[in-house]
Order: sequence, then structure tokens, then C-alpha cells
Amino acid sequence: MDLNMKVLIVDDFSTMRKIVRNIIKQIGFKNIIEADDGKSAVKELKKGKVDLILCDWNMPEMSGIDLLKTVRSDDELKDIPFVMITAEAQKDNILEAVKEGVSNYIVKPFTAETINEKLTKIFGR
Amino acid sequence: MDKKIINPFINATLNVLETMAFIKSESGKPYLKKDDIVQGDVSGVVGFTGETKGTVFITFDESSILKIVSNMFGEEITEINNEITDAVGELTNMISGQARKELEEVGEVFHGAIPSVVAGKNHELISLTKGPKIAIPFKTDFGSFTIEVALDE
Repeated sequence: MDLNMKVLIVDDFSTMRKIVRNIIKQIGFKNIIEADDGKSAVKELKKGKVDLILCDWNMPEMSGIDLLKTVRSDDELKDIPFVMITAEAQKDNILEAVKEGVSNYIVKPFTAETINEKLTKIFGR
Repeated sequence: MDKKIINPFINATLNVLETMAFIKSESGKPYLKKDDIVQGDVSGVVGFTGETKGTVFITFDESSILKIVSNMFGEEITEINNEITDAVGELTNMISGQARKELEEVGEVFHGAIPSVVAGKNHELISLTKGPKIAIPFKTDFGSFTIEVALDE
């Protein structure tokens, strides 16, 4: 797994973005950008060179699942690994995300180890 | 009050703080409360409904919550501000979600509400539920916090 890859964290809740950023930094990622909703995420993605999306499920206007559908139906973006972050209460929704082509998912609370394991499954060691 | 309702909250709290904030906490002996007052510096409050209805209060002293959130963010936070209250909301959500999951495994189905957070040095909250109220004190190397579960009869 290349720790220089560019990671996009998408969450409308700035506290959660900070928590995820801190954990991702502990794994060793250095190149981290953030978006506070699905629409800003698409703008960031269109600038190019994002290698991984970590996205919260629950966001106003454009939810995580809507962003996933947008990414998977866009020829330029469709191959970017997409990891959905979900609360325990919404875990059942993950089946829908799997159908839409999510690469993996993480249930809150999570540790750096959990995220590392999921990313290793996607990118290899 | 049934241990099978209290233990999932203890387990969830220990787990969430250890995974998200890298802080080990030690739970003290749970005790039945005689008054209705919850006292602390920052509190997360979440109601739940199901086979039993009630409210969970997670009340931190200032030093413990500053360290917990500083660890969660990877940056030092020195005063109680909006970031702290948002983080307490998120912690309360995670603890309540994980406790409900464990309760479901023993056949107790609960639904949680959206948490509220109250901040203010030595604030007091009053629990209006009519059933038993149990408090579980926790200690960390950086301060203390308490979980209180108040059930409706």
C-alpha cells in the first residue's frame, strides 16, 4: 500500500473529519484532503489524482450512497476505491452500498488497525 | 436494575474510549443513585426506547474530556469549546450504538435518539425518569467521568 496516495475524506461533520484524518495519519498517510459534502467531494475528485475516498454515509443533500453512485457512473472516477463509513445503526444499509460497488466499509467506532486492515484488502500490503 | 442492561454500557464506553482516544479507563463499582442530579463539566445525554425506556448520561470532568478529545483529534485542546461538545455528541452516539448492539445480542431491542450535549463547569442536569437510576464511575489517568442510566418504570 502506497502511503503517498491521496486520500479524500468526505463528511459533513468537521469533528468526524478530524477524527478520521488523525487515524489515517497514524497509519502513515500524508496526503489527505477533505470535503464537507458530496458536491464538494465531486469537485475535488474532478481536479484529479484522488486515490482513495473515505466517505460518511449520512450527509445532507448528497449522501454517501449518492456520491458512490455518482463516482461509479463517471468514466473518469469509477475505478477509485471507495470506503463507506457508517454508524452501527445504519449497518444494514451497507448491502445497498455493496450493490452499488463500494470497495469496503467501516463501522464506527473504528481503530487505525481496522482501517488499515480494510485498506490492505483493497490495495494489498 | 438488571446487570444485563448496565454491562453493555460499561463495555461500550471502555471500548470506544480505547479505540477512538487510546485511553484506558477503569470502571468503579456501580451504585444506585438516591438523587436526580447529574453533575459535571460536559455531558452527553441520549434517550432510548424499547422494552424499557430511559436516558443515559455520560458526564466528563474537564481534564478527562480535554485529553480524550485531544487524543481523538491528534492535537492539543486546552479549553471546552464547540469541538469538544461535538466530539462528546459523537462519542455518546458511538457508545449508545455499541451498547444497543450488545443488548440486541441478548434479546433486548432498544432504539436510540439523537444525543444532546450540555457543557458548563459543574453544570447540573436533572433526570425526570421515575425508575431506578444507576451510576458507574470511571477513572482514567487524566481525570474521571460517570455514566448514569436512568430507567422509566
